[in-house]
Amino acid sequence: MLETIFALASGTGKAGVAVVRLSGPRAHDALGRMASVPEVRRASVRRLQWQGVVLDEALVLVFAQGASFTGEDCVELHLHGGRAVVQAVLVALSEMPGLRMAEAGEFTRRALENGCLDLTQVEGLADLIDAETEAQRVQSLRVLSGAIGAKVEVWRRALIRAGALLEATIDFVDEDVPVDVMPEVREILGGLIVAFRAEVEGAKRAERVRDGFEVAIVGRPNAGKSTLLNAFAGRKAAITSEIAGTTRDVIEVRMDLGGLAVTFLDTAGIRKTTDIVEALGVDLAIERAVAADIRVFLLDAEGPFEGIAVRPGDLLVQGKADMIANGAEFAVSGLTGVGVSDLLGRISDGLSLRSVGDGVLTRERHRIAVVKALAALELAQREVESEFAVVEIAAEELRAAARALDVLLGRIDVEVLLGEIFSSFCIGK
Amino acid sequence: MKHFDVVVVGGGHAGCEAAAASARMGAKTALLTLQKAGLGMMSCNPAIGGLGKGHLVREIDAFDGLMGVAGDKAGIQFRLLNRSKGPAVQGPRTQADRKLYKSAIQDLIAAQPNLTVIEGEVVDFIRHGQAVTGAVLADGSEIQARAIVLTAGTFLNGVIHVGDKRTSGGRVGELPSIRLADRLVAFNLPRGRLKTGTPPRLDGSTINWAHLELQHADEQPTMLSFLNDQPQARQIGCGITETNQRTHDIVRENLERSAMYGGHVVGVGPRYCPSIEDKIVRFADKTSHQVFLEPEGLDDTTVYPNGISTSLPAEVQTAYVRSIRGLENTVILQPGYAIEYDFFDPRCLTPSLAVKGFDGLFFAGQINGTTGYEEAAAQGLVAGLNAAAMALGRAEVLFTRTSSYIGVMVDDLISRGVTEPYRMFTSRAEYRLILRADNADQRLTPQAIALGCVGEARRRRFEEKAELLARYKSELEEKTYTSNQLAGFGFKVRQDGARRTAFGALSQLDTPYQEVALRLFDFPQMPEAVLAQLWRESLYSNYADRQSAEAENLKRDEDLRIPADFDYAVLPGLSGELRAKLTQHRPSTIAQAGRIEGMTPAALVLVLSRIRSRQTQRVAR
Repeated sequence: MLETIFALASGTGKAGVAVVRLSGPRAHDALGRMASVPEVRRASVRRLQWQGVVLDEALVLVFAQGASFTGEDCVELHLHGGRAVVQAVLVALSEMPGLRMAEAGEFTRRALENGCLDLTQVEGLADLIDAETEAQRVQSLRVLSGAIGAKVEVWRRALIRAGALLEATIDFVDEDVPVDVMPEVREILGGLIVAFRAEVEGAKRAERVRDGFEVAIVGRPNAGKSTLLNAFAGRKAAITSEIAGTTRDVIEVRMDLGGLAVTFLDTAGIRKTTDIVEALGVDLAIERAVAADIRVFLLDAEGPFEGIAVRPGDLLVQGKADMIANGAEFAVSGLTGVGVSDLLGRISDGLSLRSVGDGVLTRERHRIAVVKALAALELAQREVESEFAVVEIAAEELRAAARALDVLLGRIDVEVLLGEIFSSFCIGK
Repeated sequence: MKHFDVVVVGGGHAGCEAAAASARMGAKTALLTLQKAGLGMMSCNPAIGGLGKGHLVREIDAFDGLMGVAGDKAGIQFRLLNRSKGPAVQGPRTQADRKLYKSAIQDLIAAQPNLTVIEGEVVDFIRHGQAVTGAVLADGSEIQARAIVLTAGTFLNGVIHVGDKRTSGGRVGELPSIRLADRLVAFNLPRGRLKTGTPPRLDGSTINWAHLELQHADEQPTMLSFLNDQPQARQIGCGITETNQRTHDIVRENLERSAMYGGHVVGVGPRYCPSIEDKIVRFADKTSHQVFLEPEGLDDTTVYPNGISTSLPAEVQTAYVRSIRGLENTVILQPGYAIEYDFFDPRCLTPSLAVKGFDGLFFAGQINGTTGYEEAAAQGLVAGLNAAAMALGRAEVLFTRTSSYIGVMVDDLISRGVTEPYRMFTSRAEYRLILRADNADQRLTPQAIALGCVGEARRRRFEEKAELLARYKSELEEKTYTSNQLAGFGFKVRQDGARRTAFGALSQLDTPYQEVALRLFDFPQMPEAVLAQLWRESLYSNYADRQSAEAENLKRDEDLRIPADFDYAVLPGLSGELRAKLTQHRPSTIAQAGRIEGMTPAALVLVLSRIRSRQTQRVAR
């Protein structure tokens, strides 16, 4: 079956609205996994959810085969323009079976093949090509120098070596090749798998460095959260008052903290309430706080509260230090400024720790490539570790891994493997 | 003047296969060769098949070709390579008795209707503009044809080297085709120079066999042709010995006397078939190299020592051969030699192996930069089928990477060219798990039957087999078992509650399929060969789906032909770099264009859109 492809159709970067397009036989099904599928050609608002997490509230458009821009089943998701939102949706789509990110020009190609495109539109593609050729060159990490380039070169060499070893035992059986290459293959696969797992983890961090961190200020109503946010921002970003429950929406303040982009979130105070609007605010507060990188628990005189779990790295701070003197170890006051710079310092330290990582995968396309390759390598590993190893199947998985990594490592084709074989072993009975 | 539909020039493996294929298609065909008695000669090692090569033989056989049938007639040591691995990477191979092989080929050629063998040396082609319409023989006579297949092997400007002695020749004792080579200069095609080597031939009666380990034929031999079940000749063993430090010393001391190391040879040799000189220089730390002693025939004492090809002077060959265990007193019947020859850059060919820019001219075999009998014969098949198709006004017969090893080879040659003599390996086929030697007939014979190039006997045999396979497969797919039930039969299966078909359950890794079949269903009613084939399919069924899906994608691109006269210069927006590459390579399909380094998807769409708009304009007119 033809693969279903998806991509961000609008420009990258921050914009009001971002459009993600899906095309192919599973496009409708993919939407169905995130929300209910609306009638075709009827703009509908849908809350997109993936694995229990709300991704965005989006305007959704569904097109049927034969009446869409590619001629296939299509879906358009009009998302709120934030990078994090777009990223989250792309990740979710990449995790669905039968879906993959589109190559540049692929939507156009499908449209063309299905006779759904005015040829003058295609001419517009021409302008892209030079830019794209250059972009591809830059995208391949192989061209990079320094630590990243060296690391990628190590992966490439490892993949070539493992592939060559397997192929040598297949194609040169009567020759002077080592009888049992499996120990070396196992070692290489094990190493690559560890490295790739670390990369996938690191990719999350790298993404954070690029898109910025989120720090949520949470607490019971009237604990002084908005006052603290204003103190951070050095301006009146949030309305403050003596009335509990003043803050209902999430208020965001973006600032540079020791070189890191950080968005502070002021949230509604956590309490049970019968006020419908406030209750929505509390739900939202919890949702955003859970997703944030660090939570600052601003405590009032009554101490800890229920509703949001404290995770390692979170900060528990006594608020209103100007009014409450209970000898808490760490107290701040947004009003007087006591402890504020100390708190910012601690947040900055905590985030710096998280941003340290040597992940090289800053692009979603790269991350997806590594995730795919990792899955293939794990299957190859399972095969070579098995008592009944089928070497040609292990080789097939290795080939799939190399193919997935094309974009990062450059193509590893059979000539490359043969080159390695002929330089390592004396073939020629 | 004689008139034919197709004239094939050259009677080697490519030529014989081309001529027979053309005749099977119903074209009136002439095979022009220097010597009738030379048809079917094996000029290098006395073996047919192997890894990748065995696949090619089976595919030729699926088209009712010669090589598998002749190989089975001549086979004296059948061995299925990679027997301990999965069927996708197993390759049938046999040592072949040279005389038996030659006579089998000559018998097949003689029995082939529509085929005339003519002795003579071709010295020129008849041309009308870009159309090649016939051949001129050395005696001045002319033969007219609608299509010509040239299979000149190593005869174009062939030079043989033994030490510093050089002689012109296509094979030892045979003259090169210098006049023809000169004429071909006028065609202005890009060419290069390659070399290959042979070992000295030994007198087997002077070998001390008692001191040598023997490698025997398989007890249950696997044939090359789908038509055969049994060897027809007596089976023998091959000897195994090895070089030693003293051998290496002798070679090392005489290196500068080797044609290759003395700087006499400019051609590029294959990395997978190094001479003994190369082995000792490049792998200096290896103290020994294996040598296989392959008898050239049942009533022939000549032995081919596989693994020690050389271009050292004859006396040095004698010295190093006698340093080897078991060969202490061995007499060399014919010294080893290196041969250099011209080849044409295969990127000047279309997928049907027609020469681009000319009408009616096809190239096949070693002149396209390949090595090996099987590679040559497979190209012969392609060129023969297509020359006939052209002569008869029929559609091209195309082989693709998704259908066959033949397609992989043709595509590699015409889109990537060669830097060393091209040999087939299973690793070259990306759809290796589905392109197997065992299913070559299932993959290709239906196409061959549709073309009308399959004889009655084979057609009937194939259809019976296909019918049985289909019937039993659907029977096995109807029977299903729960994971619990399968565990009850003693199989290790994941207890996931999923139902499995008997077909899927056939491939248990820890239990032979015969045993699985006995436990699951009443297998004796199913012929063993059918059961074995269904097991092979079952083993790869998960991967077959994946590879088929990928193959399907590629096939779409392969089906998108780029017209030969496509003008990249008028394509707006194409980067200079891509424009230059496309203009140089002239890909025949979008798939080939996509394999050009640096090609981008958007550029492909651009090319595609231009093709579409041309088609639309044509329809409008």
